[in-house]
Amino acid sequence: MEHRSLGFAIFVHVAALGVALTVLAPLGWLFVMSVSSPADLSAKPLHWWPDSIDLSRYRQLLTPETGAAFLASLRNSIEVAAMATLGALLVGIPAGWAASRNPKLGWTLGAVIATYMLPPVALSVPLYLILAKLGLLNNVFGLALVYLSILAPFVTWLLKAGFDPIPRDLEQAAAIDGANLWQLLRIVILPLALPVVATALIFAFLLAWDEFFYGLLFTSNQDAKTLSVAIADLAGGRVSDYGLIATAGVIAALPPVAVGLLMQRALISGLTNGGVKG
Amino acid sequence: MFTDRLTLRAWVLMLPLLVVMLAVIGWPLADTVRLSFTDARLVGTGGAFVGVENYTGMLGSRNFRKALVATLTFSVWSVAAELCLGVLVGLLLNQRFYGRALLRALMILPWALPTVVNATLWRLIYNPEYGALNAALTQLGLADSYQSWLGQPGTAMGALIVADVWKNFPLVALIALAALQAVPRDIQAAATSDGANAWQRFRHVTLPYLVGPLMVALVLRTIEAFKVFDLIWIMTRGGPANSTRSLSLLVYQEAFAFQRAGSGASLALVITLIITVLAGAYLALMRRAAGQGG
Repeated sequence: MEHRSLGFAIFVHVAALGVALTVLAPLGWLFVMSVSSPADLSAKPLHWWPDSIDLSRYRQLLTPETGAAFLASLRNSIEVAAMATLGALLVGIPAGWAASRNPKLGWTLGAVIATYMLPPVALSVPLYLILAKLGLLNNVFGLALVYLSILAPFVTWLLKAGFDPIPRDLEQAAAIDGANLWQLLRIVILPLALPVVATALIFAFLLAWDEFFYGLLFTSNQDAKTLSVAIADLAGGRVSDYGLIATAGVIAALPPVAVGLLMQRALISGLTNGGVKG
Repeated sequence: MFTDRLTLRAWVLMLPLLVVMLAVIGWPLADTVRLSFTDARLVGTGGAFVGVENYTGMLGSRNFRKALVATLTFSVWSVAAELCLGVLVGLLLNQRFYGRALLRALMILPWALPTVVNATLWRLIYNPEYGALNAALTQLGLADSYQSWLGQPGTAMGALIVADVWKNFPLVALIALAALQAVPRDIQAAATSDGANAWQRFRHVTLPYLVGPLMVALVLRTIEAFKVFDLIWIMTRGGPANSTRSLSLLVYQEAFAFQRAGSGASLALVITLIITVLAGAYLALMRRAAGQGG
């Protein structure tokens, strides 16, 4: 960096432009497809830019009369992700805190994190059989329960890493002052840990939002089918309007993309710690 | 006494997580092991014990070997490309240029895009009749006619790998960038004044800082790639002629489409074993990286 020649500077800028285009072109095309008329999308040569902006698919998917199935999947995705996230936080907060304060319990957490490497196919058959027995197939509660197998280890690990830097003196002082566990948690720990918990909550929600395999296996209709399964159905089905598929994709991508851009800093520090799920 | 009470309290706090883990992971995994030694069907009567028949039958089958090769091909090429591209772009992002913060923010986008949306998007791009890739290639004069990128055995796997690399190289680039920013400037400067050229500086000053984080990225990405299901399911369903059918897809077909739960379970455990070896390598590398003191 000491001897930056003009040639090198030009090279860097050209390369940066190339990377930016590589990243943006497919995303931009997804958006263009969603607002192009069907005629534009099937034209040869292809119309890269629509003659007029066509927002009819957004209207079609988001109004109850024409988009009932899509809206149901949207609602199911939100419900399942919210329930699974809440459940994961309920078990993850106490466990993450305990593991953070007691290094002796580190191995338990290690075992929990190791499960994160398991391929879902290794659990899918028994999970299917037990959900069938409990009458929880094609049910948002059943799916949320299954999602705990992904979310709970992830959230606990994230929370433990977040709790570690919170100084222990405070809770020791509070304990000496006679605070009980609940007071300790409510007055001392949680206010300090709130940003960590919020980060874990958002990532857990997005992880559930992204999930496809269990959703495909364990849901079959509007009662529980999630957004990712609904989009796969659209993509694999006989929908002749590709713009409609693209529109569903744009809507599904909005929450995680917005979060990703707003939370860049937390995200990058999470990445450097070695593994927010890719 | 006090420490014992603290430990007891810690265990009590740990308990809900352990119960949940046992219910949704521990028990299903144990039951998969049991099923793998039976001829159980997905629906109907519980199967009878058949010993290691599922394992020998599955491991000896052409389908398994073909799926293993497809999975390895996908994993090795995707991860290699993601690492190479990731390091190069990480080095680029570590330079000074106009719009650097913007480009770094853009790198978040493919990572944030849901896997299913990514797969759907690329399926549309590769579309044989109206896809953007065919249109771009013919309009630029690089191709004479439209091709079925996902429909011919020669291009389907490559098309899948491109879609996976596009989504995941930015993650590696951000990890590489974070590692590069930890390289002390004065060491760089000292190496320069000692007459080290750009390659020597990269090899002896920069690379040691990159190795640890990249090892982590390497093994995490390999594990993810080895489990691949969503991308292939949506883009090719394993076709054409099963040339892109990964191991996870094979389990899905065996256990759920053909309802052979026992044989599907045995295959799932073989995949688990392979991934466990990878995960073991991950932990060993982590430990060695930690031992070197970062």
